[in-house]
Amino acid sequence: MPEVSATPPLAMSELPLTENPKRFSVKGDSAHWGVLYGVSGLFALICAVFIISIVASSIPAWRHSGLSIIYGRVWSQGTDSFGALPIISGTLATTAIALFFAIPIGVGSALAIVHVLPGRLRILLSSLVELLAAVPSVVYGLWGLLVLAPWFEHTVEPGLAGITGSRFPFQAPPEGVSLLLAGSVLFVMILPMIVALSRDAIAIVPHEQFEGALSVGATKWQVLRKVVLPGARTGIVGAITLATARALGETVAVAMVIGLNPLFPPSLFSTASTLASTIALQFQDATPLQVAALGALAVILMTLTAIVNWFGRRLVRGSAFRAGVI
Amino acid sequence: MTMGVIEGIPPDPILERREMVQRVARKTLDRRILISRGMVGLCGVALLLALVPLFAILYSLLQKGIRWWNLDFFTKVPQFPSLIDPNAIGGVSNAIIGSLVIDGIAALFAIPIGIVAGLFLAESSSKFASMLRTTAEIMTGLPSILLGIFAYQMIVIGFDEWGVKLPGIGFSGIAGSFAIGVLMIPVIMKASETALRGVPAPIREAGLALGARRSVIARKVVIPTALPGLITAVLLAFSRAVGETAPILWVIGASNMVEWNPKKEMASMPLQIFQSATSPYVALREEAWGIALFLVFVVLVINLGSRLFAAWLQRERR
Repeated sequence: MPEVSATPPLAMSELPLTENPKRFSVKGDSAHWGVLYGVSGLFALICAVFIISIVASSIPAWRHSGLSIIYGRVWSQGTDSFGALPIISGTLATTAIALFFAIPIGVGSALAIVHVLPGRLRILLSSLVELLAAVPSVVYGLWGLLVLAPWFEHTVEPGLAGITGSRFPFQAPPEGVSLLLAGSVLFVMILPMIVALSRDAIAIVPHEQFEGALSVGATKWQVLRKVVLPGARTGIVGAITLATARALGETVAVAMVIGLNPLFPPSLFSTASTLASTIALQFQDATPLQVAALGALAVILMTLTAIVNWFGRRLVRGSAFRAGVI
Repeated sequence: MTMGVIEGIPPDPILERREMVQRVARKTLDRRILISRGMVGLCGVALLLALVPLFAILYSLLQKGIRWWNLDFFTKVPQFPSLIDPNAIGGVSNAIIGSLVIDGIAALFAIPIGIVAGLFLAESSSKFASMLRTTAEIMTGLPSILLGIFAYQMIVIGFDEWGVKLPGIGFSGIAGSFAIGVLMIPVIMKASETALRGVPAPIREAGLALGARRSVIARKVVIPTALPGLITAVLLAFSRAVGETAPILWVIGASNMVEWNPKKEMASMPLQIFQSATSPYVALREEAWGIALFLVFVVLVINLGSRLFAAWLQRERR
C-alpha cells in the first residue's frame, strides 16, 4: 500500500533540485557561473539604483516639509505645501471600495469554478476571467471614463442617494468621476487576480477532506465553508493581499476616473486623489521642488506596496508563479 | 478499564444515539439544504457578475472601436480637429510605430537578462539567489509609475550625484524602452525560473555525469527542454508590457510625427489612448476606442498565441 505523506509539498524555492555551485564543479564552469552572477548582479544593480534614484529624488521635499508630508492635511502645488494625508486616505479609500466588492465576488467565483461547475466549463470560465487580467489598465480607464462615468452620474449615484436618503457617505451631488467610480474600476481590475489565485488555493485542498465532510452528512455549503475555505485560507488571504498591493499602486486607470482633487473626499460621490494618480498627473508641469514632493509620494507608495506585496508573496509562495495574472 | 464505567451506560447506546442524531438531523436537514442551495447559487451568481465587466468592455470596444479601423487610421498621423471639419483627426500610425520600436528595444535587452537571471535562480541555491528572488517578486508588484520616475531621473534628465555623471538624453523612445524593459525583467525572470525548474533533474545530472560543462548543459539541454515555458514566459511579459502606460507617461515626449529613431521623441499606443480619452475633442475621445481595440487585439493575440504555441510545441515534442 502506498504510504500517504502527511507533510505538505515543498514550496518552489525549497525543492532539492539545485546544488550548491561550489560542489560538483567541473573545470570551465566558472565562466558559466560568471555569466549567471554577472547578469543577475546587473539586475540587482538596476534595482538598487532604482530605489536610490527614487529616494534621492525626494530628498529636497523632505528637507522642505519634513515628516509633515506624511501627516499634513493640505496638498497645494501653488503654495508649495505638501501634506499628503488626503491623498493617502484617497488611496486607502479606493482600495477599500475595490476590496469590498472584489473579495466576496472573487472568492465566490473561485468556489463556483472549482466546486460547482462541470470540468469543461470550468476551464473555459477561468480562462475568460484571466483574459480580464490581460486587458491593459488604460483600457479600463477609457471604459471607466467614457462608459461607466455617465452611467454612474445619471443612474447609479442618484439611485444610491435615493435609497439611502443622501446620508453619509452618499450625500454629495453625483459627479460621475468620483471616489466610488475609481473604486469600482479598481474592483474590476483586481478581480481576475483574486479569482485566479484563490482558485489555485481552493483547488489544492485535498478532495478526501471534501468527500469526508460530505460523508458525515454536511451539505455542500457547509463543506465549502467549514472545510474548503479554512483549508485554502492562507492562499486566499495571500491573493487578497497581492490584489491590495495592485489596487494601491494602480495608476492610469484611476487617474482617468478619480478627478484628481487633493482634498479629503466628503462623500463617495466626490472627486478625490490617490498617490499614484497624483504622481502621474502632476509630474509633467512640476517645478523641481514639486517633482521632489511627488518623489516623496513615490517613496510612500513604494514602501506601502512593497510591504503589502512582501506579505502576500509569503502567503502564496506554495503555488506556482502566475505570470499572466500577477 | 474498570467495569464501573460501562455499567452506567444504557443497554444499546449506539442505537439510542443514532435515533437522537436522526431526530436532530431531520429537523435541520431541510433548512441546511435550503441554505446550501442558496449559498452555492450565490457563488454561481458571483461568477456571472465577475464575467459581466469582461463582456461589457469587449462589447464597448467592438461597438465603438471597429468603425475607426480604416486605411487612414493605420497610415496617417494625428491632427487636431478644426472647426470646419471636427472629424478630421488623422490616424495613429505614429503610435503604432512608436509602440513597436519602444517595446521592441525593451524586449531586446529584457529577454536575455530575464532568462539568464531566471536560469541563475533555477540553478543556484545561494543566499544571493534567494535574495534576488525576493527582490524580483517585490519588483513585479511595485506600481509601474515608479519606473516612470526612474526612467525620467536616469535617462531623461540624467544622473549627476556623488561624482557619477550620466548625461541625460531628453524625452526619447529609449527612456520608454528603459522603463518598459526594467518592468519586464523580473516578470520574465520569475516565469522562466518556473519553466527551467520544470526540467527534470536526472536530465541535467546525466549531462553532468558525462562530464559536460554547465554552460553546455544549460545551452543544449536545459533551455531547449524548457523552451515552451520560456516562450510563454517571454510573450506573457511582453503582452503585459505593450499595454503599460504609466512608465512611459512623461518620458517619451508624445510626438505627433512618425518617428523610427528611438533617440527622438516618440508616440505609443497606450499613451495615445490616455491622451485622446482625456482630450476636449469629441472625435479624439471616440477615436481612443479604435486605438484601444487595436491594443487589446494585439495584447490578446500575443497572450492567447503564446499559450497555444506552447501547447503545440509541447505536443510536437512527444
